[in-house]
Amino acid sequence: MLNIKDLAVKFSTRKGIVDAVRGVNFALDRGEILGVVGESGSGKSVTSYAILRLLEVGGYIHHGEINYAGIDLHSASEKHMRDIRGREISMIFQNPRAALNPTRRVGHQIEDVLIRHLQAKRHNAKEKAVEALKAVRIHDAEKRYYAYPFELSGGMCQRVVIALALACNPRLLIADEPTTGLDITTQKIVMDLVADIIKKRDMSMILITHDLGLASHYCDHVVVMKDGVVVEKGQPLELFMHPKHAYTRKLVFATPRLESTIRGLLPLEQRKKSAHHEIMDDILLQVQDLVKTYQGKGGAIQAIKGISFVLKRGQSLGIVGESGSGKSTTSEIIARLYDPTSGSVHFDGENLLATPASKFMRSPLRRDIQMVFQDAHDSLNPRSAAFDTIAEPLLRIAKLKGQHLQNRVDELADMVGLPRSLLTRFPHQLSGGQKARVGIARAIALEPKLLILDEPTAALDVSIQAIILNLLADLRAEMGMSYLFVSHDLNVVRLLCDEVIVMQHGEIVEHGSIKTVMDNPVHKYTRDLINAAPQPPKIEHVTNERMLACH
Amino acid sequence: MTEILKLPKKSIWKIDEQSTLGHVIYVLRENPVTLISFVLLAFFLICAVFGEFFVPYDPLATNAALALKPPSWQHWFGTDNLGRDVFSRVVVATRLDLTISVAAVALSFVIGSILGSLAGYWGGWLDAILNRMLDTIMAFPLFVLAMGVVAALGNTVENIIYATAIINIPFYARLVRAEVNIRRHSGFSLAAKISGNSDLRVLAFHIFPNALPPIMVQISLNLGWAILNAAGLSFIGLGVRPPTPEWGIMVAEGANFIVSGEWWLAVFPGLWLMLAVFTFNLLGDGLRDIFDPRKRT
Repeated sequence: MLNIKDLAVKFSTRKGIVDAVRGVNFALDRGEILGVVGESGSGKSVTSYAILRLLEVGGYIHHGEINYAGIDLHSASEKHMRDIRGREISMIFQNPRAALNPTRRVGHQIEDVLIRHLQAKRHNAKEKAVEALKAVRIHDAEKRYYAYPFELSGGMCQRVVIALALACNPRLLIADEPTTGLDITTQKIVMDLVADIIKKRDMSMILITHDLGLASHYCDHVVVMKDGVVVEKGQPLELFMHPKHAYTRKLVFATPRLESTIRGLLPLEQRKKSAHHEIMDDILLQVQDLVKTYQGKGGAIQAIKGISFVLKRGQSLGIVGESGSGKSTTSEIIARLYDPTSGSVHFDGENLLATPASKFMRSPLRRDIQMVFQDAHDSLNPRSAAFDTIAEPLLRIAKLKGQHLQNRVDELADMVGLPRSLLTRFPHQLSGGQKARVGIARAIALEPKLLILDEPTAALDVSIQAIILNLLADLRAEMGMSYLFVSHDLNVVRLLCDEVIVMQHGEIVEHGSIKTVMDNPVHKYTRDLINAAPQPPKIEHVTNERMLACH
Repeated sequence: MTEILKLPKKSIWKIDEQSTLGHVIYVLRENPVTLISFVLLAFFLICAVFGEFFVPYDPLATNAALALKPPSWQHWFGTDNLGRDVFSRVVVATRLDLTISVAAVALSFVIGSILGSLAGYWGGWLDAILNRMLDTIMAFPLFVLAMGVVAALGNTVENIIYATAIINIPFYARLVRAEVNIRRHSGFSLAAKISGNSDLRVLAFHIFPNALPPIMVQISLNLGWAILNAAGLSFIGLGVRPPTPEWGIMVAEGANFIVSGEWWLAVFPGLWLMLAVFTFNLLGDGLRDIFDPRKRT
């Protein structure tokens, strides 16, 4: 149905011409789901945008053939393309909120599409729009028809976007990272829904994702891209069993799964001896009955409803939960960015709440509690070079100057594996992994006793995530830090933490050693979290089966 | 990677693209409009600093015999009703007009930035009070307000500057407030706090510099507007007094003669004024690009 031959897309930029896609071939049959997997910069999104000819400014198709059901999309007129977009080929975008017009009711937005493509007339548009909302299993579709996007949750918005995309019964759906910003349980619901509709309507889909696990779960065929080239294609199971290309192998290893170890995420040749960290008996952090309430429009909102836990010196504790669970608020209170409403926090025997958050930067405890932020890009000052960012805590708290400062920053750069030559660069000149390293170097500069990690790898590619997680494990062994690791992903927390807390709606629903919680989850919510994570085929398991089959 | 290694880019510019100078050159080369505006700016600055040394006539010297002569090779812009050379007066007036506008804009930028930063960062009652005060200022027709301020405080150059600054403060305060507000909970300001910076330091050294690029656009538009404002005040008889050369007064005085056919008295100062405003309006985008580190790719 769709056939792409030797597609090349180029962008003209300040630095000259950039080859984003360099000769990509693949084909898609009717009723097939094709996964395009790759990391950032692999050209997977550009390829799909090129199919619809929606390239950004400066981008153009250099050569190649895009054949959709006999129509050459490369040379089709713009007018023709407008009819194809939405009617024949439709797209779901990464950020559902950005894809919806915030000032129009969702029902009207669906009507617009229906009327544009002559699927409905004024008098029956509403009826059809409600039908489209029902098709994506939105309850109370008649009521939701009048909702504005901001009144809906992220998952609900993505359903509306899907309803929009499917309103005109297109034959091909392109989904560009459809669940990246969503919670893991929502991701499962949305993906199951999409897969179900695709099957029911006998449509085809191209699923663009960085998550090999997700692709292998939902796709019939997978194409792995790197640097604008397809390095490997095949059935997902086959790819996991016999990754031929080194890059596919790297991706397969780096995708966290139930049985993988932290060293196992790395390619074979990079694996070091496992880093061992010691857990002492004395208590480093004790949190008791912590409560945080915000003043919302409809009265007080309890973000945290009285939680208690302890962290031993050298121990690593994971806090897992979805957005709105209060996990980030908890970590920010312990990092002393905000004051809690009530409760107590003791750190190393001292009352941490004795100094209010607004004065805490002068507390001697400031250097002992540091934090790595979720979004490495957002947490670096765009006007500061990497050196200045890493030097900041050393200047402000340790009062280092001149050559001492220079030496210490160099040393830190070496510790986190950041080439010294990159220290003069600004954040926008660094890659995601390099930015993460700068953020970690800044946080460990003062040798803190407690390092709070707020989803440090959430915005990173899996292969970079593997490297950063290993770096964190090495640093912990080397410096004897305790980690408070906040994440939405149990599979990642499991790799680094000794104990785990599962939070939901501001309460701790489960607490225990990581093994107990993962193997025997007691609470229903924990079970949902574990089940919702897409499980890539087990490598060992598969190889064993193959060996048995050979015998 | 291989492509990068193959050909070292041929460049006639030997300056490192990463340096500040290299970046300025890049911005100027990339955008011809910015280049034009910078050339014009340089021209006006030269007029302001050295104008009085190279003009052919004393701008204040009267000569009744040469009154109201049309433009000629001796008097490029003609002469006025007292026989003064219009060209010399226009050039010499540059310094006064630029001083008024730059001083007024600098004053409103500083005060507006401080007020806007405080309101944007701390919010709450401070924000509410400040916003209502700014609303009050903006509720007046701004030019009428400036007239009132100058009329009440007295007819001096300083008071024109204060009046122009006061009516501009709300624009800066609002812009800075919005820019600071969206960054106060950003990762890098939280990270700066954890690195031991007090709130005031976070605001002054981390958040505020990042708000600069849009403010630069505002400044350049404002400079042109402040020149117009000062000239306007002089035009209606407030502020600078004759015989001091100033574009607004010259247009005002020349306007009386347009009906009798001596168009050059009003047209040339007016054109000069227009060109100055035009320059500053064009400057904005270029200044923003220069002040934005993200443009240094």
